[in-house]
Amino acid sequence: MKLGLFVGAASIAAGTFVTTASAEEISISCGALGIELTLCKDGVKKWEEQTGNTVKVVSTPNSSSERLALYQQILAAGAGDIDVLQVDVVWPGILGNHFIDLKPYTEGAENDHFQAIVENNTVDGELKAMPWFTDAGVLFYRTDLLEKYGREVPTTWEEMAETARIVQKGEREEGDDDLWGYVFQARAYEGLTCNALEWIDSYGGEIVDAEGEVVVDSPEVVSAVAEAASWMEDMVPPGVLNYTEEESRGVFQSGNAVFMRNWPYAWALAQSDDSPIRGKVGVVALPRGGEDGKHTGVLGGWNLAVSKYSAHPEIAADLVMFLTSPEEQKRRAIEGSYNPTITDLYQDEEVLEAVPFFGDLYATFENAVARPSGVTGEKYNRVSAAFWGKVHEALEGNEDPETAMSDLADELGSVKRRGW
Amino acid sequence: MQGSELTRAKVRSALVFLAPMLLALALAAGWPLGRTLWFAFTDASLTDNGYSFIGFENFWNSEWGGLLEDGNWWQAVGNTLYFTFVSVALETVLGVGIALALDVPFRGRAIVRAAVLIPWAIPTVVSAKMWGWMLHDQFGLINDLGMSLGLLDQPVAWMANSATALTAIVAVDVWKTTPFMALLVLAALQMLPRDIYEAARIDGIHPVRVFFRVTLPLIRPALMVAVIFRGLDALRAFDLMYAMTANNESTMTMSVFARQQLVDFQDVGYGSAAAALLFVMVAVLTAAVLTLGRVRLTGGAR
Repeated sequence: MKLGLFVGAASIAAGTFVTTASAEEISISCGALGIELTLCKDGVKKWEEQTGNTVKVVSTPNSSSERLALYQQILAAGAGDIDVLQVDVVWPGILGNHFIDLKPYTEGAENDHFQAIVENNTVDGELKAMPWFTDAGVLFYRTDLLEKYGREVPTTWEEMAETARIVQKGEREEGDDDLWGYVFQARAYEGLTCNALEWIDSYGGEIVDAEGEVVVDSPEVVSAVAEAASWMEDMVPPGVLNYTEEESRGVFQSGNAVFMRNWPYAWALAQSDDSPIRGKVGVVALPRGGEDGKHTGVLGGWNLAVSKYSAHPEIAADLVMFLTSPEEQKRRAIEGSYNPTITDLYQDEEVLEAVPFFGDLYATFENAVARPSGVTGEKYNRVSAAFWGKVHEALEGNEDPETAMSDLADELGSVKRRGW
Repeated sequence: MQGSELTRAKVRSALVFLAPMLLALALAAGWPLGRTLWFAFTDASLTDNGYSFIGFENFWNSEWGGLLEDGNWWQAVGNTLYFTFVSVALETVLGVGIALALDVPFRGRAIVRAAVLIPWAIPTVVSAKMWGWMLHDQFGLINDLGMSLGLLDQPVAWMANSATALTAIVAVDVWKTTPFMALLVLAALQMLPRDIYEAARIDGIHPVRVFFRVTLPLIRPALMVAVIFRGLDALRAFDLMYAMTANNESTMTMSVFARQQLVDFQDVGYGSAAAALLFVMVAVLTAAVLTLGRVRLTGGAR
């Protein structure tokens, strides 16, 4: 509808883009606020001092879906306003066409990073983005409550639910009416896709297999969704259906939940000085789906890519290589507990001292399950929206898990017929 | 019209004066609308720049269904119609009631009239966020009040449950837009000739009867215009739902659906088809209301 408008606006913006003769100016979008932006600015500054080039840090929306929309509008118009873009792990499939191949600039550096992420970022043999920091879903638990009730740290979802119910019942009998067993992210948004993909992967199910076939109506997927739906009956606050990461952290951090699924960032906050649960928090890998299941965590995290429309692709690529280097990733891990993507840093003593669970959860981060963004390409958002929509229906109890997943398979089938 | 030299000159100068406005309208409304209608018949996408004409495939095709077989679209249509009907009906009844109360002279009436407008003056996104927090299941004021007054046993997750979410959205819209209704009705009430009421009072007619036999017929034209305005607004409602529940299917309106297709899914063709269908539905419904309600937008009471 607004294609013409985008082109117009973008070319005006491109026209005002200033280049200087000797040292070049390029622009980067990284983070939007807080420590994420500060860390990026510090790193950029070091590179400026080393190379003599200048960098403009462009501010972008904090919400990742709004940011994706902005990127798509800029890139669809072929505008080089932003040379280096911070992109989510699910975007290389969607935006890959607009990025240059970084292989000629890496000199093999990508081999030191987690291979799952490098593969995720490789589209048609081209490395579209360099891994910058990673994320995987992990299970937070209250060490004090588990100890009080003599419960082990759960290794399966069934054990987790059992413990959650026991502790919730016990604490409520003692008068703590606000205590819940488990909180997670179940608002109808991308976060629910991450949560639900973790359940079904831990049971051995998939949404779309590697060949692009829809396999979401398999028994493994149905039993995973059914397990999650059973939590809704008595051990999860009903409002979880509208929770994102921060709402669930709010409940957990105020001491009102035994377990929480979240990204590692919540650890630093739960351990901060003003946190009511400081020193009472443990972090483990997410439970397995039954005795035969596996531990898993969905792959999150961000990468740096260079726009195909950049006026100085080689300078931009140099900045990318600098920011994703071991030195920078180490600094970011220590200062902001951002998970490095370089495997060796998980044995680095200074890093482990700052964030102890990085060492224990190494396997989780390395084997994180990717969302099916590679195989579904630019249709990924549609697949994800259909998935979270039906899972939400099942959690709410409007549809039983089996019907919901078979409806979803039909819906995804018609998306697939339009091609992915 | 065949007329004198003078009439023709008048028509000419009218056209000259109207030209800038018509041009601006064509640029600001006509061009985007035309582009949208054109894209509705293409497979345009933001991910690649080439696109081709595909006829009615976005609306219906045997391969992947199209809009007319899309369950989410029909749910969005249902949500929009439900939202429009319920919210406009409530706003009309409450608006007339408030207007009648404000039409009676009392001390401080001017202040009350201004105060009533506050919800209407707050930007929708702000009021949506505000109500989102008030309706929050853990930290929300509504649950707290309900619990302490003994109306609720345990906190209700208003926005999480699809049964209550749409109701909550309707409630927020009624809170926000009733002042607009009240103000339009109040303006109509103040135009009414007072002698009719005097006659009614002398004849000893019951006030309720006066309202239905005298007041309502007299303010009907203004009321219908207000209802049409609100109805049009409600049919393309977007901000309230998007700010309160984002892309949740159970509260999604047609506009939210179109935005999701256009922006989130980059599907310019399909999203434009949805927008075009939304436009057609709004046009048809407006025409129907205008015809059935025999409303003359041109004024000219006869």
